[in-house]
Amino acid sequence: MQSGSTAAQRAAVDHPAVVLTAVRDDFPMLDRLVHGQPLAYLDNAATTLKPRSVIQAVADHYQEEVANIHRGVHYLSQRATERYEATRERVRDLLGAREPEEIIFTSGTTAAINLVAQSWGDANLNKGDEIVVTEMEHHSNIVPWQMACRRRGCVLRVLPILDDGSLDLEAVQRVLSPRTRLLAVTLASNALGTVVPVPTLAAAAREHGAVVLVDAAQAVAHTPIDVQALDCDFLAFSGHKLYGPTGVGVLYGRRELLEEMPPVAGGGDMIRSVAFEGSTYAELPNRLEAGTPNIAGVIGLGAAIDYMQGLGFDWIGTRERRLLHAATEALQAIDTVRVIGTAADKAPVLSFVVGDIHPHDLGTIADGEGVAIRTGHHCAQPVMQRFGLPATARASFAFYNTEAEIGALTRAIHRTMEVFA
Amino acid sequence: MSDSADSGRADSGQADSGRAELYQQVILEHNRSPRNYGPLGDATYSAEGDNPLCGDRYTIDLRLDEDGKVAAIGFYGAGCAISKASASLMTETVTGMGADEVTALFEHFHDLVRGRLDPSRHAELGKLQVFSGIWEYPARVKCAILSWHALSSALAGGGAVTTET
Repeated sequence: MQSGSTAAQRAAVDHPAVVLTAVRDDFPMLDRLVHGQPLAYLDNAATTLKPRSVIQAVADHYQEEVANIHRGVHYLSQRATERYEATRERVRDLLGAREPEEIIFTSGTTAAINLVAQSWGDANLNKGDEIVVTEMEHHSNIVPWQMACRRRGCVLRVLPILDDGSLDLEAVQRVLSPRTRLLAVTLASNALGTVVPVPTLAAAAREHGAVVLVDAAQAVAHTPIDVQALDCDFLAFSGHKLYGPTGVGVLYGRRELLEEMPPVAGGGDMIRSVAFEGSTYAELPNRLEAGTPNIAGVIGLGAAIDYMQGLGFDWIGTRERRLLHAATEALQAIDTVRVIGTAADKAPVLSFVVGDIHPHDLGTIADGEGVAIRTGHHCAQPVMQRFGLPATARASFAFYNTEAEIGALTRAIHRTMEVFA
Repeated sequence: MSDSADSGRADSGQADSGRAELYQQVILEHNRSPRNYGPLGDATYSAEGDNPLCGDRYTIDLRLDEDGKVAAIGFYGAGCAISKASASLMTETVTGMGADEVTALFEHFHDLVRGRLDPSRHAELGKLQVFSGIWEYPARVKCAILSWHALSSALAGGGAVTTET
């Protein structure tokens, strides 16, 4: 089926000069117009566009190989099971996990973090224990811990950020303590772009015997991830931010911890035997994947990982750093623009405000020019409070973006300034 | 007439004359120089409106006369051009109105911003008609009605309202 290399992958080897054109050809969405203008899709931090190979893998499952997994003896069920489990192995490889059983499929990052908060949290957190998050977390890495704190009588503590949007590393020793049971930290901020030095934090957390969870939702598409090097116990990401389908995500957990986690959801696929006197549970990973999962989504995620690895993180990283640099320079050349988040190490995310123009007004006018940017609080209201802003505009890049699209963004900003002059 | 909402820019691959047309001069002018801006010293009613999705937040202060009509109204806070211009135009329009009139006008305005009302048949909307095209921008409708929600909460005795209920 979709095992052959794409045009882009072949071109990357043979003809570096035509790589970008070939890569853009892999993404049907890049051909469309919005309000009569060519789409400049600069909202990749919200979700990424999908390459043909991912769309095809999902369609192929539904058109040619539909079956449920892990139960039928018939051919199609075995095929679906093989393809589903093959993605588990691809994810294991992507993350550098030791065993495929350490990869749990969920509906997304949010579900993965909530699974840890409910299952590991309720089994391990006690009154007076502390959970540490950073000030730049996405709401999905704050609210599940607040809920766990309420259930278990724990305290949520916050590592502050500095004016440039980087983490205040001097605060780490002050905030972490022997009471810290868990450190939940993003690898890259969706609102600021800041890349967090997770290994440094993880080492500090380990000194106090704390468990480390990494939210890799924003980082996973931009940088190679190695859970051993990050020294984390849990890591979560979503398929749709990695050029895969929506509704599928991953929880990585160290086997020792996953083994001890009670299932949160009971039902089909997670049991060994069921009787009214009592049921016994399946082994990992099925024990934590109750019910029929998003089979097509998982298969699509496998195709997305193939696609990403075909391009290679070297090429992706180089290209995205160049785009971020060019966009930052272009926007900073406009004297009313203030960039929010200027840390040295950033994912390709550019948050900004333009004079006293509200980001939503900018977003609406940019939309009319075919430029898709995100405006609002980016599900990170504490970050907005930290910078005293109700909202920002955010342009976020993927390897398929172009300098011409950055030009469209700067024109949209100028147009907005004219309207509000 | 919700048919207008269905037949709109469902496929917005179509060319249009640009989204800047939402920002008519009246809206830009009220955004620049909002009327009745600032707290009211002798307010008898007050309420806050909050749109957490946008970060828009306004307080409406109100004083009614003996007949229950709006004698004075002020608003303050922060938000986008649409929400600020809407609040400003609202304060101009409702001054002198009784609570029932305000409620009726809010209903019409609510229909207007959702594309369910023909503005040419509702002269009482006056300048508020500048928002008649906003139904084409679904994400912005809440911006236009935020201050109206706060006003109706103030008339009902005050408190905070949110667009996210």
